Amino acid sequence: MDISLKNVEYRYSADTPFERLAIQDVNIDISSGSYTAIIGHTGSGKSTVLQHLNALLKPTKGTVFIGNREIKAGRKEKNLKGIREKVGIVFQFPEHQLFEETVEKDICFGPLNFGVSETEAKKRANEAIKQVGLSEEILEKSPFDLSGGQMRRVAIAGVLAMEPECIVLDEPTAGLDPRGRKEIMDLFYKLHQERDLATVLVTHSMEDAARYADEIVIMHKGTVLQKGTPNEIFSDPERLLAHGLDVPDVVRFQLRIEKTFQTKFDRICLKEDELINMLAAFLKRRGAQ
Amino acid sequence: MESPLVVIKDVSFQYDSQESLALNQINMEVYEGEWLAIVGHNGSGKSTLARLLNGLQFPKEGSITVAGITLAEETIWDIRRQIGMVFQNPDNQFVGTTVQDDVAFGLENNGIPVDVMSERVVDALKKVNMDSFLDQEPHHLSGGQKQRVAIAGVLALKPSIIILDEATSMLDPRGRAEVIETIMKLQKQDKITVISITHDLEEASRADRIIVMNKGEVYREGTPNEIFLMDEELIKLGLDIPFPIKMSNKLREKGISLGQQYLTEEELVAGLWTSHSKM
Ligand SMILES: Nc1ncnc2c1ncn2[C@@H]1O[C@H](COP(=O)(O)OP(=O)(O)OP(=O)(O)O)[C@@H](O)[C@H]1O
Ligand SMILES: Nc1ncnc2c1ncn2[C@@H]1O[C@H](COP(=O)(O)OP(=O)(O)OP(=O)(O)O)[C@@H](O)[C@H]1O
Ligand SMILES: [Mg+2]
Ligand SMILES: [Mg+2]
Repeated sequence: MDISLKNVEYRYSADTPFERLAIQDVNIDISSGSYTAIIGHTGSGKSTVLQHLNALLKPTKGTVFIGNREIKAGRKEKNLKGIREKVGIVFQFPEHQLFEETVEKDICFGPLNFGVSETEAKKRANEAIKQVGLSEEILEKSPFDLSGGQMRRVAIAGVLAMEPECIVLDEPTAGLDPRGRKEIMDLFYKLHQERDLATVLVTHSMEDAARYADEIVIMHKGTVLQKGTPNEIFSDPERLLAHGLDVPDVVRFQLRIEKTFQTKFDRICLKEDELINMLAAFLKRRGAQ
Repeated sequence: MESPLVVIKDVSFQYDSQESLALNQINMEVYEGEWLAIVGHNGSGKSTLARLLNGLQFPKEGSITVAGITLAEETIWDIRRQIGMVFQNPDNQFVGTTVQDDVAFGLENNGIPVDVMSERVVDALKKVNMDSFLDQEPHHLSGGQKQRVAIAGVLALKPSIIILDEATSMLDPRGRAEVIETIMKLQKQDKITVISITHDLEEASRADRIIVMNKGEVYREGTPNEIFLMDEELIKLGLDIPFPIKMSNKLREKGISLGQQYLTEEELVAGLWTSHSKM
């Protein structure tokens, strides 16, 4: 299923004194089975864009195509259930999507709502809770009696259990411990590859954007500043830095080395081992001279 | 060393709905003017400890003393006056209907005169770059903007102790560095004590001291240098090895000799330069 935003504008509280223009002229294409990362400053419009991908927000101008559906500004939409079933969103704040009395009921809610049998829903909940690194005992607890990182994991499990065609992740690793962060990102990548799951990731981690995405979209003050592969986006790190954006640790490290040693390597490395090989060879050459 | 500002002695705590202890025999001291980072896996008890310090929950066993006052029902307000806390989820913290009212609310509660108040509010919001959102409703902000406002709320109070519970988790790396920098400057200038609960190891490596929590217990306490020497052990604890150390290890594997452990990239690059420029 493909999703695309065509000239999308969104104003919060449109036509009221509190109206606020959040995004404009946004064009983004998400093809089925792709992995897209969206990066950009605080307030640049990332979460607003995401909520258009399953029609939680409807554009105030422009059109959103979701599979064979067309969501157009100014038109009433009925029966969005089909869309919600196919596009699962993990929200920026996990509390916003937890509401049942037990973790198990919470995870089962989506599948049940979309017509899955109770036995199947429970089976999925059991599987999903382990996938996110929690033990089965947590299924009986109230989702509100959990630590921040545990809530985040439950929210992710709930969306995994829906088995969507497209998964939309709004900073899914905020609040996770460093090891959990890596495990969950690897899990998403595995699902992306094994199930051909289209993945849209909003992240502040340039490492994750560089490592996992096929395409990166940079949001800046409510518009798309640039789109490209990780190599294209990070090949000109100075430009990003000038826009107040970040580059992956490994790129920043390379720039620092180049500056101190007054040299330029022949390419920007996005992988740690690639840079280490280049750097070690460089240092040994210097030593031999 | 000077006498500690906060003393946590043999503290245990259990939530009513849980079968096991969330905190088990915690002993910890916090010194005036220090930046203490608390790290640890999800569910290790960090936020619970913060709630206990703020008197939102009471220990089942043990005692907590803040500036010589022992925490109890009767002293809770004396203690809260000294502590400014930023919660993990800013939405739970907002009370005002506009950003400026929200920041002012805490000041009003602490009896700050009105004329001083509005100046302090704007000043605090400026420090976190949110002064152009004065009349916005706090719940109608982006995630990172909410966190900035929550931090401003605490800065305006000018408390002697600030507790940050993953207060910058949704900021972009540069924004995060800027906000931490701002708080560090205030900390030095006004001798504020900061307890920062964080999963960001880069931030923790800038602290004076780190406490590692594991399964409701204090696992280890030390300077960033001491803690990050644990290397692979960190991964077992749910943590990770900071980037500069990871790169140093990889360089060593390639036969590049590095004299010491470098905690920051600057130091590592400078170290490489001194050992490879004179040849
Ligand atoms: N419910 C709302 N009502 C009014 N304005 C809003 C609302 N939500 C967000 N905004 C505004 O819209 C703009 C874009 O917000 P959005 O949440 O999309 O940003 P973001 O890129 O996700 O930021 P962050 O990285 O901080 O989460 C911001 O200026 C924000 O203040
Ligand atoms: N309100 C609550 N009621 C019952 N149990 C709770 C509550 N909050 C936390 N717990 C439990 O207490 C333990 C410690 O939780 P705490 O929130 O202190 O962890 P944390 O170290 O802050 O984790 P995180 O990094 O995920 O925020 C966890 O096992 C958690 O499930
Ligand atoms: Mg957002
Ligand atoms: Mg916590």
